[in-house]
Amino acid sequence: MLTKRDPTARPGPVIETENLEVHFQLQGGALARVFGLKARRVKALDGVNIALQRGEVLGLVGESGSGKTTLGRALLGLVPSTDGRIVYHAPDGPRQVSEMRGRELRQLRTDLQMVFQDPSAALNPSMTIAEAVGHPLVIHKIAKGAELRRRVNESLERVGLAPVERFANKYPSDLSGGQKQRAVIARAIILDPEVLVADEPISMLDMSVRAKILQLMLDLKNDLGLSYLYITHDLASAKYFCDRIAIMYLGRIVEIGPTAEIFANPRHPYTKALLKAIPEPDPTRMVPRDLPRGEIPDAAEPPLGCSFHPRCSEAVAECGWESRDLRVVLEQHWTRRSADYDAERKLVGDLDKLDRPETTATLGAGDPERTLALLDKVRAENPDEPLWKGVRSLESDGRAVQISFEEGVDPALRRAGGVEVACVLYPDEGAGAGATGAAGGTTAGSDGSG
Amino acid sequence: MKLWRTIWNTKGVGRWALLIGLALTLVFVVFAIFAPVIAPYDFAQTRVDGVKFPKVAHPGGDYLFGTSGDFYDVFSRVVWGSRTALEVIILSVIFAGVIGVPLGLLSGFIGGKVDKLLVFFMDALYSFPSLLLAIVFAFLLRDKVGGGVVSAALSLTAIYIPQYFRVVRNTTVSAREATYVEAARAIGAGPFTIMRKYLFANVVQSVPVIATLNAADALGTLAALGFLGLGIQPTEAAEWGYDIQVGLSYAQGGVWWPSLFPAMAIILLITALTFVGEGLNETVNPALRRRRMKTVTFPDRTVVAGGTDVTADVAAEGKNS
Repeated sequence: MLTKRDPTARPGPVIETENLEVHFQLQGGALARVFGLKARRVKALDGVNIALQRGEVLGLVGESGSGKTTLGRALLGLVPSTDGRIVYHAPDGPRQVSEMRGRELRQLRTDLQMVFQDPSAALNPSMTIAEAVGHPLVIHKIAKGAELRRRVNESLERVGLAPVERFANKYPSDLSGGQKQRAVIARAIILDPEVLVADEPISMLDMSVRAKILQLMLDLKNDLGLSYLYITHDLASAKYFCDRIAIMYLGRIVEIGPTAEIFANPRHPYTKALLKAIPEPDPTRMVPRDLPRGEIPDAAEPPLGCSFHPRCSEAVAECGWESRDLRVVLEQHWTRRSADYDAERKLVGDLDKLDRPETTATLGAGDPERTLALLDKVRAENPDEPLWKGVRSLESDGRAVQISFEEGVDPALRRAGGVEVACVLYPDEGAGAGATGAAGGTTAGSDGSG
Repeated sequence: MKLWRTIWNTKGVGRWALLIGLALTLVFVVFAIFAPVIAPYDFAQTRVDGVKFPKVAHPGGDYLFGTSGDFYDVFSRVVWGSRTALEVIILSVIFAGVIGVPLGLLSGFIGGKVDKLLVFFMDALYSFPSLLLAIVFAFLLRDKVGGGVVSAALSLTAIYIPQYFRVVRNTTVSAREATYVEAARAIGAGPFTIMRKYLFANVVQSVPVIATLNAADALGTLAALGFLGLGIQPTEAAEWGYDIQVGLSYAQGGVWWPSLFPAMAIILLITALTFVGEGLNETVNPALRRRRMKTVTFPDRTVVAGGTDVTADVAAEGKNS
């Protein structure tokens, strides 16, 4: 039965994570597998603390590869967590999702449900809509026969697939994308869940039906007292849909706060960049977009310090500059026409040793004085390059140039105004008051060990 | 229903192969079902009313296809033989499917060590020459089950299991990663529910094609087993391969009919089944399928009811706007 649940009846978080880590083992190449070399691990989630309040819509925003989908799947127990805890505050007391296995985990699915990104892929092509929507009830042995049909019809009507007779016996391939997504939502709500994890539910849909689906989800939330975790890379839809927004970058939450505050006063440079990336419908009002340079880094070996620093336009000395950033700067230099690549390349020598993340670097195969001169030239070309702020010393030891960087700080999630942000530019403002985190149900983020 | 429409809408070689194959197969199916009516004598009958049949009587007259070296009526043996052939084919295909499909599904879905072990075992089985494998199994089964239809079908089953296994296992491995399987997990479906309700229907689609192609192959192997004297015993059922072998010893003396007619039957049925298999493959496989298209006929450009030419009408509209 689809009944209204009053979210204010039991305040507090409905589901929360505590230092949640999900690491994936990489397979490695054929040789590595044969010889049993140490496999690399991707840190899809690296210490995430998040709490979904009852009856709220929490947006999870980030680029591809930031770990937002993994977080959504981990909450449902679809991905095993490697460390940390997930606590679901069920009506009959808190339960640990991260400890559940097999039957218990399957039972949990009556309370936590998911809406998928691609509605065409999320429905079994050989099941009719009525079968697919009713299957959760069959699996959990909740209803059968006439009762099952009644509840399927009710659920289909609830999501706007009416008249039901027109859709019930169709196969997914007979429906449009929007209709399929409605069917997926119908399947998700038929068990009367408390939490719905919506993983980019509108990104595969036509523009014309996106707003309708979002409106449907808002209606369902109000009517059924659901709580949503809305995963998206589209800040514009998050602004319309979410009460709070969490910005994710490389497996961490870098900023979290009320939607209005995030949009009005973004603090983390990454948030600012994402906001600037929202397309402007008016071409005459082109805004300057200093979008973050480069791509999201390798999550198997994240940058030292703050993982956003290589792409950050506001980076400072203690952001965690390291040898790999130097390589990027050098290679950037060689893309200029003025650079004499062949000579300079020989002068610099082995670049691959810069690939180990270290705060010191040795550079130069030739005359160290000339290497120093080259570095000076590179610096003069782009004096604003934030890397140079992080260089503590740059000197020749007679054979090569030794560069050492400032020791980086891995910023934890700290209170800053109405939001929490993980950035060295926002030092702990609550230090005097002794409040280092817990506010709005969200506790401090990264543990700083990185 | 949908399949029939797809078959009907195909065109070209695939369509004709399928139709010819089906028609030919149907002849043998009729033979098999109505063998007691069609065949004048029983398959192991050597005398009628206490009078023994003549040895190697010429075709024609009382004996349509003549009689064989061991006093059987060749026509009756051919007709009864189609019943044996179809029984063995159907049984072996069903056995192989019933074992191979679930095993492939399980192996592909579970993955890991179980999968590796099963794939290794099946590949080993597959790499044997199929006839050799059938001979080994026929030997082993003869003591346990006897020399009848079932044991022949079982020894053929062993050859075909790996084929079903491989196809189903490979499609399962790719289907397992589909979002709808994860969605099934998200609604709380257990592994067996996922395999039964979400994977099975999506991975068995290529099985009918393999089954028909295997059926043709099974007939050949069955005949080979019979030819080697390892198949069905002549007293248990009529079997074409055995008849060819017996007839062959008389062929030197110009007695061609005891082996020619069973051989013709084998060739015809194998061709028919292969046609069905290939035709089905071409029809069901969307990558190969070509649809039959209705020829588009435009309406005459003559005067219509309003008194104006249609094209003139359109042109006038274009001018007005």
